[in-house]
Amino acid sequence: MSLVLGSVVLGILSGGIYALMAVGLTLSFGVLEVVNIAQGMFVIAAAYLSYALQRYWHIDPLLGLVITIPVMFLLGLVVEWSFIRRLKQDRVMLSILVSWAVALILEGVVGLIFADDFRSIHSWYVTATVPVFGLYVPDIYLIGFALAVVLMGLVYLLVYRSRFGAALRAMVQNREAAALLGIDVQRISTLTFAIATGLTAAGGMLFGAIQAFNADSNLDLISRLLIIVILGGMGSMGGALVASVGLLVAVNIIAVTWTPNWSTFFFFGITILVLVFRPQGFFGAPAARKV
Amino acid sequence: MKRPSTWLIAAVALLAALVYPFVFSSTEATTIGFFALLYVGLAASWNINGYTGYISLGHSAFFGIGAYTIALFATRLGLQGGYGLFAVALLGGLVAGVAALPLGFIALRVRTMHSFVIITIAYVMMLQLLAYNLESITNGPNGLGVPQPAWSGAFFNIPFYFAALVLAVGTVLLSAWIRGSRFGLGLMAIRDDEDKAAGVGVDTWKYKLTAYVISAIPIGIGGAVYAYFASYIYPQTVFDPTIDLGIVLSVFLGGTGTILGPIVGALIIQPAQQLLTLYTGNLGTAGWDLLLLGALFLVVILLMPSGIVPSLVERARRTSVREAVTKADETTPGAQTAVGGNGTS
Amino acid sequence: MNAVLEIQGVSKRFGGVQALAACSFSVEEGSITSLIGPNGSGKTTLFNTVTGYVPPDEGEVRLRGEAIERLSPDRIYGRGLGRTFQQVRVFPRLTVLENVLVATSRSSLLHAALRRPRRSERDQAMALLEFVRIARLRDVPAGSLSFGQRKLLEIATILVGEPKVLLLDEPAGGINPTMTVQIGDRIRELNRRGITFLVVEHNMEFVMSMSDRVVVMARGKVIAEGAPGEVRENPKVLEAYLGA
Repeated sequence: MSLVLGSVVLGILSGGIYALMAVGLTLSFGVLEVVNIAQGMFVIAAAYLSYALQRYWHIDPLLGLVITIPVMFLLGLVVEWSFIRRLKQDRVMLSILVSWAVALILEGVVGLIFADDFRSIHSWYVTATVPVFGLYVPDIYLIGFALAVVLMGLVYLLVYRSRFGAALRAMVQNREAAALLGIDVQRISTLTFAIATGLTAAGGMLFGAIQAFNADSNLDLISRLLIIVILGGMGSMGGALVASVGLLVAVNIIAVTWTPNWSTFFFFGITILVLVFRPQGFFGAPAARKV
Repeated sequence: MKRPSTWLIAAVALLAALVYPFVFSSTEATTIGFFALLYVGLAASWNINGYTGYISLGHSAFFGIGAYTIALFATRLGLQGGYGLFAVALLGGLVAGVAALPLGFIALRVRTMHSFVIITIAYVMMLQLLAYNLESITNGPNGLGVPQPAWSGAFFNIPFYFAALVLAVGTVLLSAWIRGSRFGLGLMAIRDDEDKAAGVGVDTWKYKLTAYVISAIPIGIGGAVYAYFASYIYPQTVFDPTIDLGIVLSVFLGGTGTILGPIVGALIIQPAQQLLTLYTGNLGTAGWDLLLLGALFLVVILLMPSGIVPSLVERARRTSVREAVTKADETTPGAQTAVGGNGTS
Repeated sequence: MNAVLEIQGVSKRFGGVQALAACSFSVEEGSITSLIGPNGSGKTTLFNTVTGYVPPDEGEVRLRGEAIERLSPDRIYGRGLGRTFQQVRVFPRLTVLENVLVATSRSSLLHAALRRPRRSERDQAMALLEFVRIARLRDVPAGSLSFGQRKLLEIATILVGEPKVLLLDEPAGGINPTMTVQIGDRIRELNRRGITFLVVEHNMEFVMSMSDRVVVMARGKVIAEGAPGEVRENPKVLEAYLGA
């Protein structure tokens, strides 16, 4: 029983970390109408960045965020500026293909540099543990959860309590109308995408610390992130958080009570089952017929 | 499409495909030929669902189902390798088609493009996990073998090459038939405006599901033929998103919604990819092929979003269309209009 | 007098907005009935409800006596009720001829899959394009037509199903006067051939000259109906327009 409680705690903690990785996806979808398949690869690239900083320059992964966040932010700027903004029609579909291509290129580059050996980020707080209901939870989960809460809190403030956020929310409501109201749609899009990408620096550092990774891991990761976002109702930040925590708690309970082998299967299975009955996800509006 | 030149080109292409393995008989050449034709079949099949505009990134689910079907069937029944196993490959298509029914039902229930795409991606991951976890059936991560035929040397590839050719030709004909039928017209109407299509009597839900199921069948057969050719399969080699990449890239390079597009695309991409792995494989670096494929993909989507074939056709047609419309506008009384729609009621 | 389309107590709420509030009226067979009302009075929502795009919360819609309010748009089309859209909708990447051929008259999916469009169907489609006078554009992608030509194409497409009743959403909206006359002329010709019309329109001249009956809606319900002359004199109508 305590094992189950422990897995619930672990589920909540890792749910927070996954939500941090997924929140950028939600932002990009809501504001840019872009489904960013490269988000998973951004996370992996950021993990490699943290790894390299620590390995070759002995910079602590947490401290390294000061470097990795701006680097990822810049990468986001470049990708949005060079590819995403060129898409005029069929944005959703073409963005899926374009970002997939970006992910491939990045995967290729990372593969060339690091080959396909599994790496992981080490630090004292990765190995130290805290006992929680009979489970030994590594410190990194607690740090990760706290970091996720802080960063998502900042995003929340940015979106709901700033002028930038007001413009951003107007764009989520109606892109064209926002443009007519004199909102610089292009600038907000670029910044949003860059912020979403910047957040993956933290997500990547945490991901690399809680599990071993290689360039190939991005496929599994992006599938999970997309599933979280779709279950939350595309474009809803709160939805992504609830979906992320809910799924990870469920998956962790399955892992300890039954078998870890099947937990990932149910990660996808639960979502698809929910979508059968509620096609729009938890917090999404139903897809209306266009009339 | 009824112009005699179309048939002439098709006949020449078929003839070329028939003599190819005898002219270029090295194992490398016939392997490249095999993969090129296999992907012509896969891409043409994928495109049947693609007519609706719903982009599936998860058709390798059916590829894998076909592959596992032939492997399980052959090993469980103790079948011998030989020409007979190609008949079992057809069974792979059947099983894939049956599986596509519930999978399509769920994926199409969410009426939005992005959700559809995401769910199809999830299918590949789920089926891969099933293949890993159902060890008593699939042998898990250790994979399954397919009984091998006694063909030897350079001849080994020849039967596989022709099996892929039959699959490619059959699927292209099926795709062409559907495109010319009322059913195909309905599918393309769904692509253009799904709700409007319903408003003129198209049972959109049934049309979409049917297209999804039909497009799974040749891909299932293709997966089975591949498994037989490869002789051994693993969960990650047949339920593999890079297969989807190969298919989708071919279709987009050639042009969605056309018959010729997937053929042209697959015939460019596959040989390129095979040659690339042949050479970069020797360098011992896995990154270059992904990098180049990704770059090619980007160039295609950004510069020719409708693909090679439609871009060329469009260039030829644009001038004549513009003339026709303006002429009609001048001769139809009051046809010239400038104003757009007005307020809602 | 025979009601071909009956709308009884139809209500629809979107979030906090009551788009239709127990709306009731009927359309006489063989008539041209106009549906007018200020913006936001629920006319388009009513169209969407009648044609199966938006299920009503309450109420009944009967086509020739049979309830249709729970049917899907394609089924309703199959029963002989066709519609056009306010923002004209054609299939832009299909040719003009293909646009017409998409419309099916009661054929099953199996039928559709096995068959290419027959000669007779092509002939019928061409005849309809002749009827709306855009036959010469048969091989042009519909996306490159002008706005008025699209309206004509949309009407031709709907006619394939041999509808008994046609719902037109602003047939005269956004086009020039000559085109308006042409569309009006086609509507009258179809009406002579026995098709009943329910038309949403803002162009009052068009409404008054075309219609046998006029139904006026405001805030989701019918506030007046009658012959064009009567409705024009009705003080409630004036009030609805001015007070809206």
